[in-house]
Amino acid sequence: MNGSTKIRIIAGRLMQALPSVFGIIVVTFLLTRALPGDPAVYFAGPAADEKSIQQVRESLGLDKSLPEQFLIYLGDLVQGDLGVSVSTGFPVAEELWRRLPASLELTLLALIFSISVAIPLGIAAATRPNTWVDQVCRLIVTAGVSLPVFFTGLFMVYIFYYILGVAPSPLGRLDIIYLSPPPVTNFYTIDALIAGDFELFFAALAQLALPAITLGTFTLAPLARMTRGAMLQVLSSDFIRTARASGLRRSTVLYTYAFRNALLPILTTLGMVFSFMLGSNVLVEKVFAWPGIGSFAIEALIVSDYVAVQGFVLAMAILYVLLNLTIDILYTLIDPRVGLDS
Amino acid sequence: MNEFFKHLRYVLTENPVTLVAGTLFMMFVILAVFGPLIVPYDPLASNASRTLQPPSWDHWFGTDQLGRDVFSRVLVATRLDLAIAVSAVAISFVLGSVLGSLAGFFGGWTDKLVGRLTDTIMAFPLFVLAMGIVAAMGNTVENIVYATAIINLPFYARVARTEVNVRRNADFVLAARLAGNSSIRLLATHIYPNTLPPMMVQVSLNMGWAILNAAGLSFIGLGVRPPTAEWGIMVAEGAGYIVSGEWWLALFPGAALMLAVFCFNLLGDGLRDLIDPRRRT
Repeated sequence: MNGSTKIRIIAGRLMQALPSVFGIIVVTFLLTRALPGDPAVYFAGPAADEKSIQQVRESLGLDKSLPEQFLIYLGDLVQGDLGVSVSTGFPVAEELWRRLPASLELTLLALIFSISVAIPLGIAAATRPNTWVDQVCRLIVTAGVSLPVFFTGLFMVYIFYYILGVAPSPLGRLDIIYLSPPPVTNFYTIDALIAGDFELFFAALAQLALPAITLGTFTLAPLARMTRGAMLQVLSSDFIRTARASGLRRSTVLYTYAFRNALLPILTTLGMVFSFMLGSNVLVEKVFAWPGIGSFAIEALIVSDYVAVQGFVLAMAILYVLLNLTIDILYTLIDPRVGLDS
Repeated sequence: MNEFFKHLRYVLTENPVTLVAGTLFMMFVILAVFGPLIVPYDPLASNASRTLQPPSWDHWFGTDQLGRDVFSRVLVATRLDLAIAVSAVAISFVLGSVLGSLAGFFGGWTDKLVGRLTDTIMAFPLFVLAMGIVAAMGNTVENIVYATAIINLPFYARVARTEVNVRRNADFVLAARLAGNSSIRLLATHIYPNTLPPMMVQVSLNMGWAILNAAGLSFIGLGVRPPTAEWGIMVAEGAGYIVSGEWWLALFPGAALMLAVFCFNLLGDGLRDLIDPRRRT
């Protein structure tokens, strides 16, 4: 197999993502046009008279036909224009872009936490099926998906902040006694490290810990379940029996032979995990007053700032497609079998 | 009828977890039906002299910031929470099975169209899509139901499509076709009933998720408005009191929510084991 096959496959995957992106744009367009009542009246504001409403209608192109409006919407999107937020007065794209690092930092740390707990747990359960380890894993998995993420978050705050007093107050990315680090990546932990300020790094990390664990706990379940299932399937296959019969060490069989093969189905479930994460992110951000894009969307929802909400929905969907695409490409790159049979 | 009860007893005694889940489920149904009749206090009556009382003999779950009895509110909320989830799941079950069956039976462009629709829904992070739908259609309880139904639709459509597709050319279908049945009749009376068992498992697994979603939406302030008793909004209202140590406001509605979801998930797992022992995990 050669490199060009893989490049062709990756290009194919990129092309496959286009219909979903198009679908997403159509849906968000329809959502912005499905506003209750006349959108022109809404955008003109409460004090508008008949004439200014007509003006707004013309300036927004609302007097044109739906396909024409869609083309205008597409044109705006290509230029990165998501409209202007009615509540803050800034362009929505700018608002989202400014808050994105906070959300990404939280989501990534949650993902790291979730992976580093779920995979060992899944492996432990798969190697000892029907023992107490397996039962514990099963219990955690079922409890994990049943816990409302906002509820777990609140009780982490109650236990670690109110009773034990080990966590900082659940209000934002940094305690008010600290100044934010000089922005490079806008990930506070990384920026603090770049600035060489370890105290600040630990302060930012302490602030991140509870929300990230909350978010990670929710996604633990699908990952652990999939790891267990994939490992069980691989462990029962013939090549593992052969490897064992050849007298290879247990750890070699388990990690080099079995886990590598189980990794692929695990990677594919990451897509579903991201869908959960981006959704629960909104709830976790509300609980911990985290200044990310989820909080922005909730604030916008409360004041009926529809442009901002739809911009948020579109941004999240595009982010989700990109994440899935990355997983697909990774999958293609690490699976030696991809492209062999074509 | 006797046969049915024998089978039911076998199912319940086979797996004690399913029995527990079944009992919990019955409890929730009873609370949903009779809840408002059996509560000790009026869930909306505030009492300024008894605000923020910790759980006691008089108020099992304590009282909230307006002096309302949390126990009564949690009990009464069962009906609304279950109603939202059940109606959402019912809508997506009906729509999803019709669309999925048509796609699986006729194939071709019908299949492509339905496939494109479900793919588009799945291309969104589902909770975020639900937020967008409620924001666009208006902030009401009905729209929470529709939004939850839409984001659950793909799961049903996919199960129905697969189940219909594998049976499309089964011998009993061919025999029925030879006997002169029309396509729609074949689909409706010969194939579709066979898809019901896996669809029921999907319903049970999905119900917990639907409850979580609806509660999540009302937690961020969509749909249900105060002072209505609903688990999500009660947790949201209690959230502000957690940092000052009044834990009972959020704990009890949250625990009820968790228990309901847990019960449906266990029930779904049990049903799945029953129908397809191979997929037991």
